[in-house]
Amino acid sequence: MSSLSEAIALARSEGRKATGLFVTAGFPDADSTDAVLDALVAGGADFIELGMPFSDPLAEGPPIQRSSERALRHGATMSATLDTALRFRSRHATPLVLMGYYNPVLQYGLGNFCTDARSSGVDGLIIPDLPPEEAKPLADAAAATGLDMIFLIAPNTSDERVATIDELSSGFVYAVSVTGVTGGQLSNFESTEAYLSRVSAVVKKNAVLVGFGIRSHEDAVRLTKHTDGFIVGSALVSLVEELWDAPMSVSERSSAIAKMVADLRVGH
Amino acid sequence: MKIYADHLEETGHFGQYGGRFIPEILLPAVEELAQAFGEAMADSRFTDQLDLLLRTYVGRPTPLTYAARLSARLGLRLYLKREDLCHTGAHKINNALGQALLARRMGKSRIIAETGAGQHGVATATVCALFGLDCVVYMGEEDVSRQHLNVQRMKLLGAEVRPVTSGSRTLKDATNEAIRDWVTNVGSTHYIIGSVVGPHPYPAMVREFHRVIGLETRQQLVEHGLPSEPDAIVACVGGGSNAIGIFAPFLNANSVDLHGVEAAGSGLDREHAATLSLGSPGVLHGALSYLLQDDQGQVREAHSISAGLDYPGVGPQHAYLKDTGRVNYHAVTDDEAVAGVRLLAETEGIIPALETAHAIALLPRLAEQYSGQTIVLSCSGRGDKDMATIASTLFG
Repeated sequence: MSSLSEAIALARSEGRKATGLFVTAGFPDADSTDAVLDALVAGGADFIELGMPFSDPLAEGPPIQRSSERALRHGATMSATLDTALRFRSRHATPLVLMGYYNPVLQYGLGNFCTDARSSGVDGLIIPDLPPEEAKPLADAAAATGLDMIFLIAPNTSDERVATIDELSSGFVYAVSVTGVTGGQLSNFESTEAYLSRVSAVVKKNAVLVGFGIRSHEDAVRLTKHTDGFIVGSALVSLVEELWDAPMSVSERSSAIAKMVADLRVGH
Repeated sequence: MKIYADHLEETGHFGQYGGRFIPEILLPAVEELAQAFGEAMADSRFTDQLDLLLRTYVGRPTPLTYAARLSARLGLRLYLKREDLCHTGAHKINNALGQALLARRMGKSRIIAETGAGQHGVATATVCALFGLDCVVYMGEEDVSRQHLNVQRMKLLGAEVRPVTSGSRTLKDATNEAIRDWVTNVGSTHYIIGSVVGPHPYPAMVREFHRVIGLETRQQLVEHGLPSEPDAIVACVGGGSNAIGIFAPFLNANSVDLHGVEAAGSGLDREHAATLSLGSPGVLHGALSYLLQDDQGQVREAHSISAGLDYPGVGPQHAYLKDTGRVNYHAVTDDEAVAGVRLLAETEGIIPALETAHAIALLPRLAEQYSGQTIVLSCSGRGDKDMATIASTLFG
């Protein structure tokens, strides 16, 4: 069992929903990502998604777009992202997943990327513009190095396709809560619940975690009725943006981030 | 005349290029689209309706004009395929009309589009007015200001124009924003992509809606008393839709030389949009193709005086045609393009779009090679929209 699957299983055994947090590497600047990650662990994150900045993040809403632009303005590179992962791994055991668009990974070289990511302590990959049809080269390289490959499903994904994606995924299956970009509004709750209930019945091999548009503990409680955990990205990124634009000390910022994570958690 | 053939690639790949690099949410939409397109093209009710509208609304067939004075100056026989005479002023409406008919057939009530120069936006707004469909056009803020006339045309046609302020504020970013809209409203909305880019089936589908350009050219050469296959064809390439449209029926005719012309901007060693000349394979907007990118895989901003060529990607079939050597790709600078506008205006009384002018500007370079031979040039659009830019360059 991978560290990621273990962390999700541990949360379940403790009667909790697994809590995943997304933040962009190199954001709010190259030197501050580490402090954000430490605060996420302090707040009780079960795993972390570290975003690989990209110039054209087409599934992202404005907050994550801005974080990516800001990181690139500060000179973010793939090597710097992997260094961030390596430093994180030297401080924490919390599972770390890299999330980002395919082209920077492709240009780095799929085999080298997986090898370097794994040796930097990365546990898995989420590539939102890489559906299973196009993913074989990367999925093979990921499997060869022991990285989990997490695919996404959406409310309009057929049962048959959900089953296939479950088969191809490891770590967990990422259920996108709504048809939309990250940070959007959660839509009609009944239809979302029906979708998540349908998906949780179809997915056999993996845990199902839900993400996109979750801002609060209440959102998390509602969306995890049929799932094993949840992921918060845009709300955290917006908070980090706010905290770093305000005149505050590092410890004040860290406490605010840790508090947000602690408040989000579902179950005891 | 039945002008459509079954050329839809099953997998959406052109060699290693093409594919579907898109969020899972869009997979059902592109699968539905591929199926609907295949069925529609096999349904004579659909193709008859499209043919009728191409004839009676768009104004097809567009003429193939012998360019006598420019031919004499260049020492060859030059024919212009007059897409500038299409309704709305460019070839773009061939595709917009086909896709709007298809969207209606699929029961989609809302249309979105991206636009650079505004020609595709105007064409889309036009067909949406024709069919009573809601229309939202995404346009980079930079392009909104340099193509103001087209913005006003779109508004007059009832479309909502949404300026895009992210990234380089041009076509690339307008496309990102259109994809985000599509992801959000995929149930009700059809995305009319304006070039032979994007995930499968778009590159093949958009090509098929523009194939009419090349098919008419074949027939009209014969009407001019010439063989149906010229010695060479020249077309400008941004995403590459007019070029693919005129090239498509000649791809297997190896005696026909095919020349695509990209934008070299202020120079290939400076700022440009010469994706095929200087780019490398990468993934943008749903397909693997050539891409202007840095060593980190971040997409570079393109630069061209022509908003329609100002794009860091290119259609995946062009990437394939470059690698196989079937098409020769060249690059022409902003200054050469403006000189090309003047050349066609003064010799033939035709003011071409700045995009088209890139193809014209290549002709003097080809003159010696094709001395006494027949060249067809895709005159893809008219220059009215560019008058402010052209005037400020030529007349200060």
